[in-house]
Amino acid sequence: MIKSNSLFKKIADNDSPRRWLVLALIRAAAVITCVVAAVFFLIRIVPGDPAKMILGEHSTPEAIQALHHSLGLDLPLWEQFTRFVQNLFTHGDTGASIAWGTSTRELIAERAPVTLLLIVMASVLAILVALVLATLAATNKDRLLDHLIRIFPTITLGMPVFWVGLLLILFFSVRLGWFPVGGVGEGVAGTLYSLTLPAITVAFSQIPTLVRSLRAQMLEVLESDFVVTLKAAGIPNRVILTKHVLRNSALPTLMLLGVNISYLIGGTLVVEQVFGIKGIGSLLFSAISKRDFPVIQGIALYCAISVVIISLLIEISSWLLDPRTKGKQ
Amino acid sequence: MNTTLLDLQQENQGVLKRILNTPSLLVGSIMFLLLIGVAVFAPFITPFEPSEQNLYAILQPPSSEHWLGTDQLGRDLFTRLIYAARTDLKIMVLAEIIPFCTGIFLGMLAGYYGKWVDTVISLVTDTFIAFPFYLIVIIVAFASGAGQKGIYITFILVGWIVFARVTRGLSASFRKQEWVASAQTMGIPGVKIILRHLLPNVLPQAVVVLMTDMVGLLVAIVTLGYLGIGIAPPTPDWGTMISDGQSFITTAWWLSAVPGIAVVYTGIALSLVGDGLADLWRRK
Repeated sequence: MIKSNSLFKKIADNDSPRRWLVLALIRAAAVITCVVAAVFFLIRIVPGDPAKMILGEHSTPEAIQALHHSLGLDLPLWEQFTRFVQNLFTHGDTGASIAWGTSTRELIAERAPVTLLLIVMASVLAILVALVLATLAATNKDRLLDHLIRIFPTITLGMPVFWVGLLLILFFSVRLGWFPVGGVGEGVAGTLYSLTLPAITVAFSQIPTLVRSLRAQMLEVLESDFVVTLKAAGIPNRVILTKHVLRNSALPTLMLLGVNISYLIGGTLVVEQVFGIKGIGSLLFSAISKRDFPVIQGIALYCAISVVIISLLIEISSWLLDPRTKGKQ
Repeated sequence: MNTTLLDLQQENQGVLKRILNTPSLLVGSIMFLLLIGVAVFAPFITPFEPSEQNLYAILQPPSSEHWLGTDQLGRDLFTRLIYAARTDLKIMVLAEIIPFCTGIFLGMLAGYYGKWVDTVISLVTDTFIAFPFYLIVIIVAFASGAGQKGIYITFILVGWIVFARVTRGLSASFRKQEWVASAQTMGIPGVKIILRHLLPNVLPQAVVVLMTDMVGLLVAIVTLGYLGIGIAPPTPDWGTMISDGQSFITTAWWLSAVPGIAVVYTGIALSLVGDGLADLWRRK
């Protein structure tokens, strides 16, 4: 999403900020259009008849016919697509759920808060831990601590996120009894408390990439001329670090989180399954087991559109915050 | 004839020396070859069969007879572990072939031709990236029918993007260089320039990416197995082993822990190989 394609970039590079913004919006709109088309065709890449898949192998031809009609599968392809888009614009969803009967939008809205909370908690946690580790690594460059922190991504690369969750449950819930084994607690405090382990699990998968690029970013700032000057002027290291290095690293961290938001959402869906959290992830799996195509489509659509919009917002805000673009406004 | 042979020999020695001088590549390769060896020679290493049940010896802790204990059906955990390596590693390598090729090719096309070719390919890439990786993997694997076939279809569909992005950037930077321009003025057709001249230059970087991407693919295969939409039992697979063991986490935690360690081991091996290759080619 962030990586621009050459045609747009060429125009954007030598032109006004307003034009850059318009082009970024056009690109996001183009991607969203493709996303909608992709979700629509999702049901059609299924080998065989989706109606048969929903009803089972031994269903009567009449029942299949009826389901075809109610799903609109008996219409010409183009008309199906217009109906799909129309429904999307008027109701903001992908039709009624086959299993639950209610609209997919309502189902998703009901489950979304827990998932969102988990994503936010995991992001905050990942950023905090990554900042600490990256600072330790960058300020101890090429010393033991730096090497230890740099081995971290190599080891964690092959760690399945659900397995990490299981180990955390084993250690913190089963052995130490600090946290519940699964589910979501009551009230604000209870919810936050029960989401702690899941959030740590999701954050764990994000930290290595964050640390790797934050460390590189910090080293660049630490070795830059202005920091050397500050040091020469006798400004204490701690002040340089918190006032200048961290501030300069904030922007790239934000960008990186934007790039990773898609991974973050995907990981959260899997982790929910491990901890038995009734969020979007568990909705996806029950929809899959019930072969509830409209719900699967709805989840795919909402996730993808959120990713596009979040990436766009982060792209715009980091562009606004970047001191280098200030002169051009 | 003699001199060329000698040259070749010296060059080979040079390569060997360089590999020996790159510890991460050396260690990673040994770790990975060891794993492949265990997977290939599995029937000679263990006296048990992977689906051989022994209901008189269920959930046993590690012992001299069962090195890693037995699972809830009395199957030997070590045997299942190394047989699962066969399944998972085979799928990991096979599922990566087509996306690797299509990704490199599409990336070179986009980078070399630029303009509308690039715009179209980038739009497709952006669309795929908008879907969270695990969301798309889960949905496509389910839709194309759970099991090994589903895994292959899923990665043919989504696996090429990483390679396309890497080679696209590289190709675009090569396009501006003199040697490409001179090839163009000599009237060499674009496809020929791409295959003869760009490909050898983008391949090393793509291979480095391939190593880390294989780890991601393995983790995805295992995750699908864990979720019940990957490799179907009774075929041993690290993912289904972890999910089977989850029910016994309080009494026999190693049932879930050990298969995960196998995945992590593979991840370390491949990422060391990747780092080592990157080092090797950077120094050259």
